[in-house]
Amino acid sequence: MNTNKKKAWLYLLPAALFLVCFLVYPLLDVFVYSVEEGYNFASQTYFGTGFYNFSYVLHDPYFLQAVKNTFILVVITVPLSTGLALLISVGLSSIRPLRDLFQTIYFLPYVTNTLAVGLVFMILFQKTEYTDGLVNLMLGWFGAGPVDFIDGPYWAKMFVLCFYTIWIVMPFKILVLTSALASVNQDYYKAARVDGTPKLRIFTKITLPMISPMIFYLVITGFIGAFKAYSDAVALFGTDLNAAGMNTIVGYVYDMLYGDSGGYPSYASAAAVLLFAIVLTITCINLLVSRKKVEY
Amino acid sequence: MKIVLEKLTKTFPGRGRKNPEDVTAVDDFSCEIPDGELIALLGPSGCGKSTTLNLLCGLESPTSGRILFGEEDITDLPPELRSVGMVFQNYALYPHLTVKQNILFPLENRKGKDRLSKEEMESRVMETARLVQIEELMDRRPKELSGGQQQRVAIARALVKMPRVLLLDEPLSNLDARLRLKTREEIRKIQKKTGITTVFVTHDQDEAMSISDRIAVMRLGVLMQMGRPQEVYDDPLNLFVAKFLGTPPINVFEGRVRDGKLYIGEEAVLPAEGLADQEVFAGIRPEGFILQEDGPLTCELNRVEIMGRDISVIASHPACAGQTLRAIIGAESKVDTASPAVRFALKPGKVLLFDRETEERIRF
Ligand SMILES: Nc1ncnc2c1ncn2[C@@H]1O[C@H](COP(=O)(O)OP(=O)(O)OP(=O)(O)O)[C@@H](O)[C@H]1O
Ligand SMILES: [Mg+2]
Repeated sequence: MNTNKKKAWLYLLPAALFLVCFLVYPLLDVFVYSVEEGYNFASQTYFGTGFYNFSYVLHDPYFLQAVKNTFILVVITVPLSTGLALLISVGLSSIRPLRDLFQTIYFLPYVTNTLAVGLVFMILFQKTEYTDGLVNLMLGWFGAGPVDFIDGPYWAKMFVLCFYTIWIVMPFKILVLTSALASVNQDYYKAARVDGTPKLRIFTKITLPMISPMIFYLVITGFIGAFKAYSDAVALFGTDLNAAGMNTIVGYVYDMLYGDSGGYPSYASAAAVLLFAIVLTITCINLLVSRKKVEY
Repeated sequence: MKIVLEKLTKTFPGRGRKNPEDVTAVDDFSCEIPDGELIALLGPSGCGKSTTLNLLCGLESPTSGRILFGEEDITDLPPELRSVGMVFQNYALYPHLTVKQNILFPLENRKGKDRLSKEEMESRVMETARLVQIEELMDRRPKELSGGQQQRVAIARALVKMPRVLLLDEPLSNLDARLRLKTREEIRKIQKKTGITTVFVTHDQDEAMSISDRIAVMRLGVLMQMGRPQEVYDDPLNLFVAKFLGTPPINVFEGRVRDGKLYIGEEAVLPAEGLADQEVFAGIRPEGFILQEDGPLTCELNRVEIMGRDISVIASHPACAGQTLRAIIGAESKVDTASPAVRFALKPGKVLLFDRETEERIRF
């Protein structure tokens, strides 16, 4: 090793130490907990090692419900929010007047507190003894019956959760995509215009490929973010998510640790490891696909 | 296709408080480009060359004036209906497409009856690729090509739709010096072979002189002079054109005409019959000096550069703008480098006089 390399490692040392202490060690510890059966916080003891924790978690109906919810959330919100953000960004970059105003409006949700937004959504959607909520009021105009979006049927609750999630994640995506669109060299568009390229073809053959690295970045981080969803559900349905049937995998992990029925670090670790495996798999698939598609 | 520009003017409106003034990028530009010629649009940075080209291809629309291709007025035609091919300064090749897909792109844009069959497109692409000699590169991506190759791909993409007019915006500025020489010859060859009317933007006068049929010199949006390269070089209409053309550049002296003679400093260097007494700028081409023991123009000798074929003498004279002047003389002449002074006689045809005020040419 030459001096330069030694120096480089030396410079990295402080950061590396922190990473090992607060990232690598806890991560390994979770794996250890997940195979220790019946671990007890107070006495720091366990019965034995094995895969019983995983088996328990995988047979727990609450966990299965959480997995189902999480997957629905991911499958609906990631493509929808990315697609909508793309649409809005393209619209934003093709208008000139009032662009800044619109950009600010679209960005507002990003700087707003999740819980505050949750409260607003409650007001919009919740049905109480006194009022059916704003959305139900509007549904009424079209002759549709009032639906309880917060305590009502599963699809209604899922709808609100997806709506809310999309609304929360969109600003960031719009921000990224508008800057990606702005950074495409204008000469490509000029060349396309001189060659008489139709508008739609410009979009699909030039714009999309040019910003595809950013789109894939958003899809990958979107997947990861959606798999880790928790606070959104809490903001809408309160902390007892199992009872509401709206738990997510991260929510399940939390409940296993600190919830009313909690205190099972082993089960929580097993669930966390499962989530880790799912996210890892999906991200790898994403990367493989993007490697194929984004090739310049 | 003959191109006619009639009083073409393009004004960009001033924007906001920071840039309140309108910018007139092209000012009352009139010229006629004969069919099948290669025209170099030459001028310093910011003089409106790119804007003129954009007006020609339709990316900008003129504030006033007309553009005609042949007899057809195309001033208000959108770019795609003008049938022009354009090569951009950075080539603007689509990075995610292969060379072949890039060249195919303009053909695939067509719809309806204009659309060629697959086989026709294929053969058209191969034909164009052969013309610019890139057949072996068809499956590469632009970033896997050298600058010169990218340039040829860009030309192929512009030519594949068989445009009436080819426009090139500083196509050589991204290449290194050696490749630039080679590529400009190639552009000339391709242009000759296709016989397509071509407008070529450059700020390098050497480039313009060497490959074009005609050059048009612009300054601040105004066309200063247009003509065959040798004509413009030998017979510039004003000091700007004289200074802009020629390497090494013309040497400019402050002189005056008195009693039918041209004086530089206190010395009468050349007869100037029939001219009224006046203050002038005298421009002397580097090749206009003759080394002569008793020559009328005495300069202080600075140094001598031997360049093989000829010798360049760098000297200074108080009346010379920029203090130093450069004379190029045949290698057979002997310069006494030990002597502090050097004396020149002048070739009359290589001395150009310009008005002190207007900088317009004074013929004598
Ligand atoms: N879109 C625009 N808005 C305002 N002014 C412009 C615009 N485009 C060009 N100009 C101005 O018009 C003038 C001519 O610009 P142009 O790009 O034609 O110069 P050029 O001769 O091509 O220069 P270069 O050799 O540097 O490319 C410049 O003063 C420039 O600032
Ligand atoms: Mg330019």
